[in-house]
Amino acid sequence: MSRPELIAPPEIYYGDTESKKYTNNTRIQQVQADMTYRALELLNLPPAQPAFLLDIGCGSGLSGEILDDEGHIWAGVDIAPSMLEVALEREVEGDLFLQDIGQGFGFRPGSFDGAISISVLQWLLNAETSHPTSSPPHRLTRFFTTLFSALRNPSRAVLQFYPSSDDQIQLITSLAQKAGFGGGLVVDYPNSNKAKKVFLVLMVGSGGQVPQGLQG
Amino acid sequence: MVRLITHNLLACHAKGCTSNNFPLQLKDVQIALREADFNPDFVRGFMPKIEWNALVNAARQLGDSSLPAEQPEMIDDDLLKALHHVLLEIHIEEGQMTCPNCNHVYPISNGIPNMLLAEHEIA
Ligand SMILES: [Zn+2]
Repeated sequence: MSRPELIAPPEIYYGDTESKKYTNNTRIQQVQADMTYRALELLNLPPAQPAFLLDIGCGSGLSGEILDDEGHIWAGVDIAPSMLEVALEREVEGDLFLQDIGQGFGFRPGSFDGAISISVLQWLLNAETSHPTSSPPHRLTRFFTTLFSALRNPSRAVLQFYPSSDDQIQLITSLAQKAGFGGGLVVDYPNSNKAKKVFLVLMVGSGGQVPQGLQG
Repeated sequence: MVRLITHNLLACHAKGCTSNNFPLQLKDVQIALREADFNPDFVRGFMPKIEWNALVNAARQLGDSSLPAEQPEMIDDDLLKALHHVLLEIHIEEGQMTCPNCNHVYPISNGIPNMLLAEHEIA
């Protein structure tokens, strides 16, 4: 199966049909839910305090629904209008924005208590035009620097993604560090092709140690 | 859906637009009111992030004058309830947000602001 991010840009790939298919697929729902719960765990939020979170690439709100259930308030951004439309239909609670994360955010400093992102970062690794502002390093830098500023100190961003090479991991982690983040990679089930999941756990301020990946 | 909780955090992110770029000016807005569960802990925890003047002005523009012009030092239940309503229950469905500095217009359609920039506006 070819990776969707190699087929077309996300706002094209996730058109009306693909958005509904993605959202209604029970296997995708389950995987997405598992990864959202794991991302929340890795966020390490203060217990019993509802947080204000950013869902990066919120899509149709599959993760957002879980944030709602957990009592958090959230805002979500996505570049695919069809996905956001499905989110509206599903009546998720979060505020939704049509936004290209490679263009960066305009949120005031310290806006969010944390950020999560499920299966999105790999989309930033493909240049969509030849314009200099759309090279992957440029887009990743805009993304990381404006995300860093939008997060409060201390806090974390947990970004699950599907890297296709060690070079990609290298590029992403080095640009995140340049933007000011501490932290690093958490790999769950590294020895299983099927269950393996990669989380970039980024820390603003003294976020503590990078957590251990799950084994199994 | 966009509510004043996010409007109060949102500045313009167009290239070179780094000062006087907040708050985005609301224009031609249509709103809808939807009840949300009142969570005093959340509102209290969110208070330090609020730009008070921007919030009061936006709320008044949307027809809600429950907040005092000056941020009160005493945080009581009435204030938390008023803040809850202003931050989380007023939904801007249609309209636009204009940057006071560079005049970029972010249109809001079907409750969703379009934050996309043109190529020449990307930093
Ligand atoms: Zn501007």
